[in-house]
Amino acid sequence: MHSNMTSDSSATAQVRRSLPKRYARERRFRFLGLAAIVLTLLFLVLLLGSIFLKGWTAFQQTHVRLDVYFDPAKLDVGNLNNADYGALVRASLQDMFPEAESRSERLQLNRLVSTGAAFILQDILTASPELIGSTQPFWLPADDEVDMLIKGHSPRDVPESARRLSDRQLGWIDSLLAQERLEKQFNTAFFKNGDSREPELAGVRGAITGSFYTLMLTLALSFPIGVAAAIYLEEFAPKNRFTDLIEVNINNLAAIPSIIFGLLGLAVFLNFFGLPRSSSVVGGLVLTLMTLPTIIIASRASLKAVPPSIHEAALAVGASKVQTIFHHVLPLALPGMLTGTIIGMAQALGETAPLLMIGMVAFIVDVPQSLQDPATVLPVQIYLWADSPERGFIERTSAAIMILLLVLLVMNAAAVYLRNRFERRW
Amino acid sequence: MNTLDTAAIVPKGFAAPITPVTWEAAKSRKVDRDNRETVGRPFVDDPRMTCRQINVFYGEKHAIKNVSIDIGKNEVLAMIGPSGCGKSTFLRCLNRMNDTIAGCRVSGEIRLDEQDIYDRAIDVVPLRAQVGMVFQKPNPFPKSIFDNVAYGPKIHGLADSRSELADIVEDSLKRAGLWNEVNDRLDKPGTGLSGGQQQRLCIARAIAVRPEIILMDEPCSALDPIATATVEELISELKAQYSIVIVTHNMQQAARVSERTAYFHLGDLVEVGKTGRIFTNPSHQLTEDYITGRFG
Repeated sequence: MHSNMTSDSSATAQVRRSLPKRYARERRFRFLGLAAIVLTLLFLVLLLGSIFLKGWTAFQQTHVRLDVYFDPAKLDVGNLNNADYGALVRASLQDMFPEAESRSERLQLNRLVSTGAAFILQDILTASPELIGSTQPFWLPADDEVDMLIKGHSPRDVPESARRLSDRQLGWIDSLLAQERLEKQFNTAFFKNGDSREPELAGVRGAITGSFYTLMLTLALSFPIGVAAAIYLEEFAPKNRFTDLIEVNINNLAAIPSIIFGLLGLAVFLNFFGLPRSSSVVGGLVLTLMTLPTIIIASRASLKAVPPSIHEAALAVGASKVQTIFHHVLPLALPGMLTGTIIGMAQALGETAPLLMIGMVAFIVDVPQSLQDPATVLPVQIYLWADSPERGFIERTSAAIMILLLVLLVMNAAAVYLRNRFERRW
Repeated sequence: MNTLDTAAIVPKGFAAPITPVTWEAAKSRKVDRDNRETVGRPFVDDPRMTCRQINVFYGEKHAIKNVSIDIGKNEVLAMIGPSGCGKSTFLRCLNRMNDTIAGCRVSGEIRLDEQDIYDRAIDVVPLRAQVGMVFQKPNPFPKSIFDNVAYGPKIHGLADSRSELADIVEDSLKRAGLWNEVNDRLDKPGTGLSGGQQQRLCIARAIAVRPEIILMDEPCSALDPIATATVEELISELKAQYSIVIVTHNMQQAARVSERTAYFHLGDLVEVGKTGRIFTNPSHQLTEDYITGRFG
């Protein structure tokens, strides 16, 4: 009895002795976890911070106020489409700075305003031809070099030979600034235009529209197909070697590099079926193939997570298999399926490589109007801009990334909302 | 032990024991532990369901070994036995719930109204409407209380109108003894009820389909004594209309609610008989060991 007591108390003592070591180990583990989170957040802040700092200026664009005289001599009312609107811009600049007389000086002067200004004037005049003969003040986009200078992305204090703008041009810019004819305004062109070789005219509308068409097709195809495949595999398929083989292959497909899907799309959809090159329809099909494994795996997992007691309850009151699945199992599995689908969609939204293979990397200025139109998507647009030499594309690349992240954020928020909305406890 | 002597008194099957010893002597001696032929009276004169030579395999495992038994009209048959003895497996054969288990094979013949329920031509949907089931763990659907009960009648088209459906729901809940507790919150989720209420909801759901036989797989194992008493009362009321097969670990419960009791042991149906006799004077040594608490 007594020896028992002592051995008990010595065991207690042993436990006590081991405690500091155990607590130290716990503290170390907690600290490591915390450090990992801090590190992750740090990287995230660095990444987002650098993107934001580089990109936020793209939402503003330097504009020049020009007093444009719609010269009847230069404009033929019957033939407004073919008129030389650039000449109106040039004439207006000439009026302001008559001292630029030589051909090279005039060229330099004209380069201060974007070539897109002519198209803007054309649109204005086509809408209201009664302006002919009058002089109107307009805020027209400045050239990207002027824009970069105003935003401070181009240095002034370097020798002229190292600058994109000459001393003369700097002088004109300063005088325009002094006259308050040069000002940063909200960059509507960035949201209204498609791609362009001129940074000040380039916008994300074409890419957003292309992404939208592509993703809609992907969603419309991959969600029903994926869910149907998951339900069949999970609930109906006989459990044998063949279904095991299918399962292994689906899991493998999810791990295949996405560019392979692009090659498949190139070989099958473009070369065999002859679908239009660089169109959203082919992009959507390729991304469907890529997204399907993700959706099938997520859907199967959420079907598996439905407790078998619900299955049994439904079967025991005489529900058929299909009724059991559609009345009881599917509603419970739906939140998980939707989450998986949105994760797959987000992945598809950010996908570049397979789309390069099917020609969506082409330079496309027009905003696509249908699934068959040549289009590009946001990540490919980012890739294209990141590849462009003009300094103005640096900030636009970052701005496009911000828009892509925003869309992703909205999609993830939708996933969380849907999960909470449909989630039911059992 | 004298094996010769033992063999002499072993009753063959369910036939009256042919024994050289006197009846009094035979009654006083138990059937040997090693004998697994069913003793007692597994068959009734007027059966609702007849099971003959049922064998169930889970893959290689032989879970039910050659079990033959009848289920009478308006009777409560209790199935008792130690854990893993196959009572639940056997119960699930009766409405073919074992179909859902991968690798489970059933052989033998189970007849309901002269129909072999394992016949290829048999549709399990009407069978399960005819043979209802209540599970060990309450498993209400994550839907409202009303929808839980209404689901069966709805899919089987038992109600022609909304009001008729409401009548069925009310009637089922009343018979399950739950109506007074939930009639003011029929639209609340069934999963929000207490465990005992959930189990009675499941019973209401099972009887709403108007089955002819109700299988209960340890319906009270998760319930407190008060809820258990409610369910037992319900069973006594239901047997006026239904045949009930109940699996239970609680021998007092078997003694309270059942007419006949079947004792299962490691896949064998060891003994069947009137409940009173099984619990007072079992014929088989294994049955006696079990009910006296020597194992199980």
